[in-house]
Amino acid sequence: MTEEILLKVENLKMHFPILAGVFRRQVGAVKAVDGVSFNIHRGETLGLVGESGCGKSTTGRAILQLYEPTAGSVYFGDVDLAALRGEQMRRLRSEIQMIFQDAYSSLNPRMAIGEIIKEPMAIFKTATGKEADDRVDYLLEVVGLSKKYRDRFPHEFSGGQRQRIGIARALALNPKLIVLDEPISALDVSVQAQVINLLEDLQEQFGLTYLFIAHDLSVVRHISDRVAVMYLGRFAELTDKYSLYDRPLHPYTQGLLSAVPIPDPVVEETRQRIILEGDVPSPANPPSGCNFRTRFPIADTFCAEEQPEWREVLPGHFVACHATDPSKIDKNAVWQEKYEKEVVA
Amino acid sequence: MAEPLLEIKDLAVQFDTDEGVVHAVNGVSLKIEESETVAIVGESGSGKSVTMLSTLKLIPQPPGRIVAGSANFFGRDLLNMESSEINQVRGSQIGMIFQDPLSSLNPVLSIGKQLTESMVLHLKVSQEEAEHRSAELLEMVGIPNAKDRLKDYPHQFSGGMRQRVMIAIALSCNPQILIADEPTTALDVTIQAQFVELVKRLREELGLAIIWITHDLGIVANLAKRVVVMYGGLFVEEAPVKELYANPRHPYTIGLLKSLPRLDAKEHHRLLSIDGIPPVLYETPKSCPFAPRCEYAVERCRNENPPLETIAPNHKIACWVNVDTGEER
Repeated sequence: MTEEILLKVENLKMHFPILAGVFRRQVGAVKAVDGVSFNIHRGETLGLVGESGCGKSTTGRAILQLYEPTAGSVYFGDVDLAALRGEQMRRLRSEIQMIFQDAYSSLNPRMAIGEIIKEPMAIFKTATGKEADDRVDYLLEVVGLSKKYRDRFPHEFSGGQRQRIGIARALALNPKLIVLDEPISALDVSVQAQVINLLEDLQEQFGLTYLFIAHDLSVVRHISDRVAVMYLGRFAELTDKYSLYDRPLHPYTQGLLSAVPIPDPVVEETRQRIILEGDVPSPANPPSGCNFRTRFPIADTFCAEEQPEWREVLPGHFVACHATDPSKIDKNAVWQEKYEKEVVA
Repeated sequence: MAEPLLEIKDLAVQFDTDEGVVHAVNGVSLKIEESETVAIVGESGSGKSVTMLSTLKLIPQPPGRIVAGSANFFGRDLLNMESSEINQVRGSQIGMIFQDPLSSLNPVLSIGKQLTESMVLHLKVSQEEAEHRSAELLEMVGIPNAKDRLKDYPHQFSGGMRQRVMIAIALSCNPQILIADEPTTALDVTIQAQFVELVKRLREELGLAIIWITHDLGIVANLAKRVVVMYGGLFVEEAPVKELYANPRHPYTIGLLKSLPRLDAKEHHRLLSIDGIPPVLYETPKSCPFAPRCEYAVERCRNENPPLETIAPNHKIACWVNVDTGEER
């Protein structure tokens, strides 16, 4: 990992209109992503974790301009992707690739896998003929599949192998950044580790940068250098993976960490538990002020009135929570005491 | 030791498919004691769900076929019961919850109606009493404004709340055993934590025996007393929960545990991955079904299927090899 910033996302918003009535007038908006800012350094893996509906996949898609973002900018190097149109954007797509959860539906069932992997090279005219064929063989080998499979079709492969095919296709154009959206969630436990290890090897071999989006915090923390925790369209916390576990500052991160089971009965017996009550509110009608306040047991009027600022409270450690705001230091102690008394079981 | 509540013996189940006869369960035996929580762990296709569904005769026959075995429950064999008899058992003495509560709830009936239905049928109580008890049940499973919500329909509840409704229905007739088939797989992790806490509380309050079917070794650590690991339609390891995690003896269990990233890892280390994929068995395994993926496999593994044998008190494995020495036991 270097200090060079490969991707810089600033105040990204992705709102989807809610239309109603005969004239399909807009009556509201689902604020799927509501102002997120972060950087990804060249060669690092940034994990993006959150529960269903929090906007993590939408963030990934908005970065790739698969949706047209409502607001904000996405700098890839020094180019603002959000400002690019047509051909210019298409050119850049070869440098940013995406891998999806459902490998099967992202592979054309009527194409042999050799053709699937070759297609991006044909579109971008990076290789043709024998050169392209050799590259297909090479890529198959790189992702751990035999080149003799090149004439087979996607349905002949297992889930893990299909994901490998998707990875080979993503690598075909030598991308710099790969957005991985729940790449292992559909796989069996024993196969998940194979794909995680493969992704780690490829990153090292090709100097890739990953945005790794998933709901499983254990997996995200394993593969990432830094982790962003997302809740209801906004980032709650972003820090390196070790501080995230050792020193989580946002109450949502604390609740999330506590909710993830650890496969060790001895640890489980003695673990501190914070059970977050209630459900995630609807992104069409988010709470005022801090969007987490409805599940924060000691939220007060302040949380309801003002949206907490996204601030760097420690070097490289970003949080959006009033309770960590140094300008409200007098409140912090009160919160802390109340929190320990009422929330931590 | 007291008589087990439920004793499954030598259960074997097959399915007719276009590709051939799939041998889903190949002779498994399991005893459940009163108030005990047993977890059945396995990957997709390992036979964990089919084992319990077959025990309650809930697999479609055909294409499914229970080819051998018995399931003794209070002196009677569930597998030999007429459908009217087993209906009685399923609704009242053994409760079940599934992964997808929305598809197990009737979308056009109110929650109250679905709760009272089985009570009126099995407990022979009046409608009024059933309604009163329904409200109590919803309250017990932590649904706010329980009384008012009885007239609501399934789509008006969130995923976590629906799963709570399911457990209320499963518990409505005071079952001795609750069978939970991946009940938290579709839930978000904070909702899953709420649900697991609920189940632990209900277990204490009601003295329930629980059979929890899952692929998630994390949940099991926090919930089960005893764990059975399934692979290729067979039990490959069975041990008390702490023993299994501290001292796994079957290469598959060892591999599974080492392939899991741990949230509390202090440093990065490469995950151990098990090569290959789980098998689909078109015949009863004559060799160890894990042998093709096993790093410890010896000649005998490829010729003979190891039986489930006791290797230490309460600890059984189906493996020819001693993983410490790498040689045959």
